[in-house]
Amino acid sequence: MHMADALLAPAVAAATFAATGVTAGVSIHKLRKDDDTAKLPTMAVTAALVFAGQMINYTIPGTGSSGHLCGGMLLSTLLGPQAGFLSMIVILTIQCLLFADGGLMALGANCWNMAFYGCFVGYYLIWRPIIRSGLFSKLGEKAAVRARIILASVLGCTVTLELGAFSVVLETTLSGITELPFGAFCALMLPIHLAIGLVEGLVTSAILIFVFEARPELLQEVSAREKGLRGRQSLKSTIIVLAVLAAVIGGGLSLLASSNPDGLEWALFGNKDAGYAENMALDEESYGVQSGAADAAQTIQDKTSVLPDYAFPDSESAAGTTVSGLVGAAVVAAAAVGVCALGGFFRKRKQRS
Amino acid sequence: MANAERASAELRQMDDLASSVSPIHSLHPLAKLIVTISYVLATVSFDRYELTALSGMILYPAALFALSGIPVRTCLHKLRFVLPLVLAVGLFNPLLDRTPLFRLGTVTVTGGVVSMLSLMCKGAFCLAASFLLAATTPIDALCAALRRVRVPSFLVTLLLLTYRYVSVMLDEVSVMTTAYRLRAPGQKGIHISAWGSFLGQLLLRSMDRAQSLYESMLLRGFTGEFRYAEGRRAGLRDWIFVLICLSAFALCRFVDLPALIGGLLVR
Repeated sequence: MHMADALLAPAVAAATFAATGVTAGVSIHKLRKDDDTAKLPTMAVTAALVFAGQMINYTIPGTGSSGHLCGGMLLSTLLGPQAGFLSMIVILTIQCLLFADGGLMALGANCWNMAFYGCFVGYYLIWRPIIRSGLFSKLGEKAAVRARIILASVLGCTVTLELGAFSVVLETTLSGITELPFGAFCALMLPIHLAIGLVEGLVTSAILIFVFEARPELLQEVSAREKGLRGRQSLKSTIIVLAVLAAVIGGGLSLLASSNPDGLEWALFGNKDAGYAENMALDEESYGVQSGAADAAQTIQDKTSVLPDYAFPDSESAAGTTVSGLVGAAVVAAAAVGVCALGGFFRKRKQRS
Repeated sequence: MANAERASAELRQMDDLASSVSPIHSLHPLAKLIVTISYVLATVSFDRYELTALSGMILYPAALFALSGIPVRTCLHKLRFVLPLVLAVGLFNPLLDRTPLFRLGTVTVTGGVVSMLSLMCKGAFCLAASFLLAATTPIDALCAALRRVRVPSFLVTLLLLTYRYVSVMLDEVSVMTTAYRLRAPGQKGIHISAWGSFLGQLLLRSMDRAQSLYESMLLRGFTGEFRYAEGRRAGLRDWIFVLICLSAFALCRFVDLPALIGGLLVR
């Protein structure tokens, strides 16, 4: 999923760089404040390990193919989301500079697509709620934690990888690089990454379970749980988990159910009430078919896309790209600050209680 | 990156290239960083149909390859990671964009073909530029340059430390996979029964190692920041290099040099 420089317009690259930079800045500030700089060698060694671990092939039983490791989730569960994000940036930088995997200008976009979702979205919206929740508690204490780890890492890897793949499509389309319609491009990218995410999630969960068996204190949240630092949030977190699950399943189903090959595009632009048709200057007749699937997909879109009402530029117009890039920069940066602030907020409250 | 041994060899190769001697290697890392970033920006900002004007941009990597003595083959070898996604994106352009642009003999060249070619050229050029930066600048020097442009020291220190450990970890992983392969002949990868324990074992060992590493760093007076040896300051030569490169990029970007030259030759 590493993007090359050629796939991005300078404005989009600048926007993603800004977003990544802000997130990294906030993360560093947070680590400094918590005096977590002692983590530095651990971060470096773990990052190097994940880097090397990505070279290992894991045979998928029953098939001839093999899978790899999902870095972001593993790092944020071991180090925490902020430290995980910084470690992922470093991994991606080394890959870019020394292995020419991804471009120098596209580094911001790559960090955003692969590190931000995996570390922050994956941790705060999926890993933490699931680990804290009372799911599977019928199975007994140990088995329940194990089941939760599997669920959290498979769900986390799949969702964050899908978000990343969706961002690749979004960034490429905004840059006006490809002639491929948005929906068709999505249909090309998302199913592939669904499969990859599933395997990566399984590999990640296998490693995390091993760590849990040997040294549960190394895993974020699991150790807090064992110390009894939890309890009240279980209902709320269960609801969040269910919502994320519903979004994923709903999104998948609505894509399948739609006979229109441009299902996502149709869902994204075909809603007159939200004013998307105007933004696009598209013919409402050709897109605005109402159906349950379209509505479901619309909801998913609103949930998953960072910038739902982005004006997609005419592929020819450079001005359009610049304007939307700048708007995007502002929104993405705001989102980055928001997510980081949210994480800090929750953590502070936990410590006080 | 299929296997750790190859990655480790590649890393060593980059290290060797970066520590050789040439006029380009001796330039100040900050100058090279500025030039590389401007080159990438200039290249990417070309319009999708400006294939001829874009072709002028090949001069910079060509000149640098020549001056630094870095073999072009190593660079071509690295294209394999980046090109697939670029290809996947660009391959549909000829099918979807069929506006005829010009005729070449009896063949009509459509906009899609031109935009696909220019996309691939951009990908290759930008890759060559960042490869040249990494191949002519040791990572310590690059990190010092990053500190100069105010990249937070936490991130730069992390980058340096991780870089040091990447080769250690790659070696460990390659030893482990070799051992595993020898005991499980004819098997393509790690069996599902060992998915967790294979990397998990190494992970636990490494976490302990990191702890003792940190303790020994503290004992030697580590305060959270690395001290970089004060390298030489950027001199006149470096600024001349920056000036020449930037004006050449601007010239290529705003004047269609290949077309001008072509116009002189063809009437």
